[in-house]
Amino acid sequence: MEDMIFYDRLQFAFTITFHYIFPQLTMGLSLIIVLFKFQFLRTKIEKYNDAAKFLMKIFAINFTMGVITGIPMEFQFGTNWAKFSELTGGIIGQTLAMEGLFSFFLESSFLALFIFGEKLMGQRLHFLTGLLVFIGSWASGYLILATNAWMQHPVGYEILENGRFVLTNFSELFTNPWLMPAFLHNQMASLVTSSFVLASIGAFYVLRNKQVEFGRLFLKSGVILGLISSLLVAFPTGDWNAKNMAKYQPGAFAAMEGIFETEHAGAEIVLIGQPNMVEKKLDNKLAVPNVLSFLTYQDWNMQIKGMDQFEEDELPDNIPALYYSYHIMVGLGTIFLGIMALAVFLLWRKKLFKSKAILWTILFLFPFPYIANITGWYTAELGRQPYLVYGLLRTADGVSPNVSSGNTLFTLLGFMGLYLILGLLFVLLVGKTIHQGPTPKKH
Amino acid sequence: MEIFWYSLIGIILVIFFILDGYDFGTGIIHLFYAKKEKDKEVITKAAGLFWDSNEVWLVAAGGMLFMAFPTYYASVFSGLYLPLIIVLWLIIFRALGLELRGQFNYQMWKDIWDKAFGVSSLLLTLFFGIALGNVLRGVNLGGVEGTEGIYEGHYFFLPLWSHDFSPLSTHPGVIDWFTIIIGIIAVVTIAIHGANWVILKTNASINEKLKKVRFRLGIALVILTLFSLSIWNLINPEAYSNFAEHPYFIIFPLIYITGLAGILMSHKFKKEITPFICSTLLIVGGIISSISSMFPVILPSTNDIHESLTIYNTSTSEYGMNTAFIWGIIGVILIIVYFIIQKRLTTGKVDKMDYGH
Repeated sequence: MEDMIFYDRLQFAFTITFHYIFPQLTMGLSLIIVLFKFQFLRTKIEKYNDAAKFLMKIFAINFTMGVITGIPMEFQFGTNWAKFSELTGGIIGQTLAMEGLFSFFLESSFLALFIFGEKLMGQRLHFLTGLLVFIGSWASGYLILATNAWMQHPVGYEILENGRFVLTNFSELFTNPWLMPAFLHNQMASLVTSSFVLASIGAFYVLRNKQVEFGRLFLKSGVILGLISSLLVAFPTGDWNAKNMAKYQPGAFAAMEGIFETEHAGAEIVLIGQPNMVEKKLDNKLAVPNVLSFLTYQDWNMQIKGMDQFEEDELPDNIPALYYSYHIMVGLGTIFLGIMALAVFLLWRKKLFKSKAILWTILFLFPFPYIANITGWYTAELGRQPYLVYGLLRTADGVSPNVSSGNTLFTLLGFMGLYLILGLLFVLLVGKTIHQGPTPKKH
Repeated sequence: MEIFWYSLIGIILVIFFILDGYDFGTGIIHLFYAKKEKDKEVITKAAGLFWDSNEVWLVAAGGMLFMAFPTYYASVFSGLYLPLIIVLWLIIFRALGLELRGQFNYQMWKDIWDKAFGVSSLLLTLFFGIALGNVLRGVNLGGVEGTEGIYEGHYFFLPLWSHDFSPLSTHPGVIDWFTIIIGIIAVVTIAIHGANWVILKTNASINEKLKKVRFRLGIALVILTLFSLSIWNLINPEAYSNFAEHPYFIIFPLIYITGLAGILMSHKFKKEITPFICSTLLIVGGIISSISSMFPVILPSTNDIHESLTIYNTSTSEYGMNTAFIWGIIGVILIIVYFIIQKRLTTGKVDKMDYGH
């Protein structure tokens, strides 16, 4: 049984991590494409249109990858988490089915039109199709976040005698206090990824002295959007989420912040340290007193519950992983702010395009927002443990009772092999598109 | 409300098999009949331009099934664990074939991805047919051994095959001789559909030959259909009584027969779209006839201890289904609108169409 849960969790974690490489780029990128296309309509400068069309090619590759790695996610609810599906399908099925019907169709239909139909439709309609792709991709994110928000903080339900959850109030799924902060935080994080990728492509062109005109455009837009989104992802959206954690999942909050013991006169904020699960303390800690209490409650002396206040089986089952995920996310977010602020400063002083050091830094910065996004999701998902539906349904009670661990291990290995090939080919395709650049002719 | 959701999910699944069916079929035709590079390229394009927007329908059907019949979703997806995961891998592999073929211009690269596309289309169709066969035959719900089940009454687990490959044994596997026959019928039907699509959408040099192939496949389908009908009684003794009980269900087999007759007379039709409509009728009639023979059962039990799964004992609450009814109607209208807009812009032969890359 332990084995079963372990392999089911590992398979879901692996496939969702791989899947989320793609949507986090497409959601932010669709907004950037709309902005470029809008800029073209306003100024009639061809460069913006070429930029939008070029980015849509990258979008399309990512979208296809997102589709083919997304279908396994939907299937896995039934295949590996049958008990969970049976018990909660009546509720999370609502938002998941809506995602398929409202956003997925919108995104895929109008993506095809954007790519095929520029000449047929004229510029205004072409802009409109781009806008609809953007709306579809954000609606998709919204509905997935609504699903996750229900699992983090269940609302509008009733539990029947046989243990099944049924919906009693549809609109509460969307007024869930967990939803909006999580959605905005997630979207801003996705914008961080896509603006960093944009800036990175720009730095590549400028350093290579090829497609320089586009290189400068991408760099400029990338660092400006990168700074704005790095700010918004921390404040206010990240802050709202942390407050939600403290309010609705205090045990998980203590674990992610690394507070083993309750401090009565205000909690310190841990910058660095290693959780020691044997002695229940942080080793090699570097912390600032009272700041966490202030950030969370705007009161320097407010008490924050430590992990000692919770039963063992109510706390997340992998505290170090949760703690490290959260601190990696926050740490990277802080570094992003610093680098982007510097880049925007150099842009303002007209030195950005000449400064080799910062261009190389930006070029190789693009993997890190992916890591920050994924560790952010690990924080949310590990923090919800040991529950699937917080406080109500334990993860151990959600797996398929009839699928053995051997079968899951077999399919996990299969996914790993197939995704390796998929990943290599993805890099090849995106690399080729970037290499060709927005205009096929040599500059 | 159960009947509404049952019908809507059924319709969406049938639309999925019509739409993705033509690109599966295109893959099968490509595998066996495309020899010249020019034909290979244009036939791949006839599927490559459309497959991703067709697969969206599968996601929609899956989501709705999850919402309206969560117990069924949980039962079937976990019970058919191995074949479903294999289907997922094939879907991914097939997409790779379609998307990668055109990326590099040398023959061996193209050959590799052509085969990936063709073989996975063939196997996917076979597995979807086998899955339908399993649903028609029923499974050992509850995993009953003797008089006791090892799971709750709505769970089961099927091995890929059992030692005798017999659908009549107490522990049938996913693959047995009955489900294989259904699988082959699916492959032949989809191959006809694919041939029609290739003829309709391309100017490939094999189109004349495909018309002959289509006729031969039609004859094969007549024989297979008669054979499967004659053994159906063994699998499900009550299959025909459902049609007696609900006489209007008889329309679905009639749709199938019309489609089949149309395929055999295709050489008389002037428009290329007419045979395509006939193979569409084949798919509609074939799937709905088989499913409606069981109505309201959606997964028969092969033992006497646990009752079959029906649309009534696997559905969610009335409130949930009613709420979803409202957004479901709006959603369906929207997707029909998108679909019409998209199809209007992609009519005609694909030979000259741009991949968009």
